[in-house]
Amino acid sequence: MNTPLLEVNDLKVYFPVKGGILMRAKNYNKAVDGVSIHVNAGETLGLVGESGCGKSTLGKAIVRLLKPTEGQIIFDGNDISTLSASELKPIRRDIQMIFQDPGESLNSRLTVGALIGEPFEIHNLDSPESRRRKVLELLDQVGLPANAIDRYPFEFSGGQRQRIGIARAIALEPKLIICDEPVSALDVSIQSQILNLMLNLQQKMQLSYLFVAHDLAVVKHVSDRIAIMYLGHIMEIGDADEIYRDAKHPYTRALIAAIPEPDPSRRGRTKDVLQGDVPSPIDPPTGCVFHTRCAHARPQCVAEQPSLRETASSELTSHKVACHFDL
Amino acid sequence: MKQTPETNTPLLRVEELVTAFSTETGQVRAVDGVSFEVAAGRTLGIVGESGCGKTVTALSIIQLLPYPNASILGGRILFEDLDLASAEIEELQRIRGNRIGMIFQEPMTALNPVHQIGRQIMEPLRLHQDLSEKEALSITLNMLNKVGIPSPEIILSEYPHQLSGGMRQRVMIAMALICNPSLVIADEPTTALDVTIQAQILELLQDMQNQSQTSFIMITHDLGVIAETCDDVVVMYAGRVAEQGTVEQVFNAPRHPYTQGLLSSIPRLHTPRKTQLKTIEGMVPALQDMPPGCRFNNRCSHTIDQCRTHYPNLDGQVGEHRTACHRWQEVTPS
Repeated sequence: MNTPLLEVNDLKVYFPVKGGILMRAKNYNKAVDGVSIHVNAGETLGLVGESGCGKSTLGKAIVRLLKPTEGQIIFDGNDISTLSASELKPIRRDIQMIFQDPGESLNSRLTVGALIGEPFEIHNLDSPESRRRKVLELLDQVGLPANAIDRYPFEFSGGQRQRIGIARAIALEPKLIICDEPVSALDVSIQSQILNLMLNLQQKMQLSYLFVAHDLAVVKHVSDRIAIMYLGHIMEIGDADEIYRDAKHPYTRALIAAIPEPDPSRRGRTKDVLQGDVPSPIDPPTGCVFHTRCAHARPQCVAEQPSLRETASSELTSHKVACHFDL
Repeated sequence: MKQTPETNTPLLRVEELVTAFSTETGQVRAVDGVSFEVAAGRTLGIVGESGCGKTVTALSIIQLLPYPNASILGGRILFEDLDLASAEIEELQRIRGNRIGMIFQEPMTALNPVHQIGRQIMEPLRLHQDLSEKEALSITLNMLNKVGIPSPEIILSEYPHQLSGGMRQRVMIAMALICNPSLVIADEPTTALDVTIQAQILELLQDMQNQSQTSFIMITHDLGVIAETCDDVVVMYAGRVAEQGTVEQVFNAPRHPYTQGLLSSIPRLHTPRKTQLKTIEGMVPALQDMPPGCRFNNRCSHTIDQCRTHYPNLDGQVGEHRTACHRWQEVTPS
């Protein structure tokens, strides 16, 4: 078996919650609490979960915009979890990020040409003339007109700005791109354009994606494998089709059932609507973090945290679930 | 599905509504000749992408348009024997929150952060109905129970920030329904919520409607939400109605190329992975910069000369499956 491009082992990212007159850390927000995932070269791992489940924090920790509290991030054979900023610089060429809101993530004072050329500048690549040529090539690749080069981000629509963000991310031909909700701010008709672009680029450039989003239908469309996250933990991970067809975890099933489908004939179906709210990650439930909302919870779930285990049905591909029972 | 007799006069009839905003470059029509009806006890969905005029349509109905930038230039909004478009402010105040309830997208900004929940829910009751404090309190507690808020006595004296997003939206729903309105307008009521909480709120809205026979207007960009909750649907594009009909008609046999494009561009759970999605090329033109003729003509793959010169009016009669396209009979697969 090939070694994966990215391997995350037992990663923890805790944020201190300060309080008291001395502003000491009273407690910790366990945003990511022991997550292990891997991404193979050329594949897309989809990471799904609701607000506050830690999916964005995990993405940011992998690009090292955040310092992990514990655990390993092995990229291309090197552990990057504890590297300093200067040691990280060469690695950043290979790991890039696409953000949710391109309106906020692009510097509004720079022209599109300067924005897309910035990675070359930072890494001291190419002469200014060849940079400009490369920027024009990139604009073409992401479907923007050449005259965009001297215009400013505000002159573009949301979808076009996301194309600018994508051009920046692919400029240095990275190996891995962390996509943090890349289409959730876009209208449906624009969303499909961007998803198509991302799929095309992946094929052309052999990119790997970690695709972080809350919309399971979108994630399933672009991913090879899917990981479901809840309160800082991976609940289920496996082949995208299998997760959809044969979800093992009650939370995954509830997520799939909760998606409103644009098909009126499915309206009458009985839905098991998940009750209650997501508990606070500062004081997560004991045992299985999902037990407070799970219809199948038993005493063992309150006492004992389930480990992510291989399910019986999956012989060909790995399909893991963090549940004590075969439901 | 609920059956409504054909002879009933509709609860709300919007006729040729035109709402415009004044900008530095002149007046732009955010809503330009929109007509639809809401029958008693039914739910109408208004769907479209950002800037299509769906929210402006809703705000026009209850006259909550930003003053003085926006104004209604034409059309009628007939609701319970009154034309809201030309009604006096006193009449509107009698109707808002009383006969027509509103649910907004973001309950955190729609609720007043410095007032207790109980006071906010009771406000419409105290304004519109001559009740003693005790009566108002018992109606409020009863309503909080109905919308699924645990221990309502405690919630009464809490503030919006102490509640979760889902709970806040339940409070909004309680406020909207407290006076037993005949119409509730819900503007993206679940867009800010997580998918499992969205499912809870949609279920609640349907329960409430079944109990009270209130009519709903559900405004959303999410075709899934429309398909699951609405009886009828209006598809809007660039300030106009592209298509309208029952949810079954529009979703099962969409006629307008825009509706067809929207429905086929959504990734669904059962479509094959990593395949190219259908797209609608280009983007919505700016309101100041609408193409002549059909407003969809620069994105439509069926455009002919006629589409560039003549705006297609909605065909058919009120209550039928109607489309504003010159060529729908040719372009709709049979």
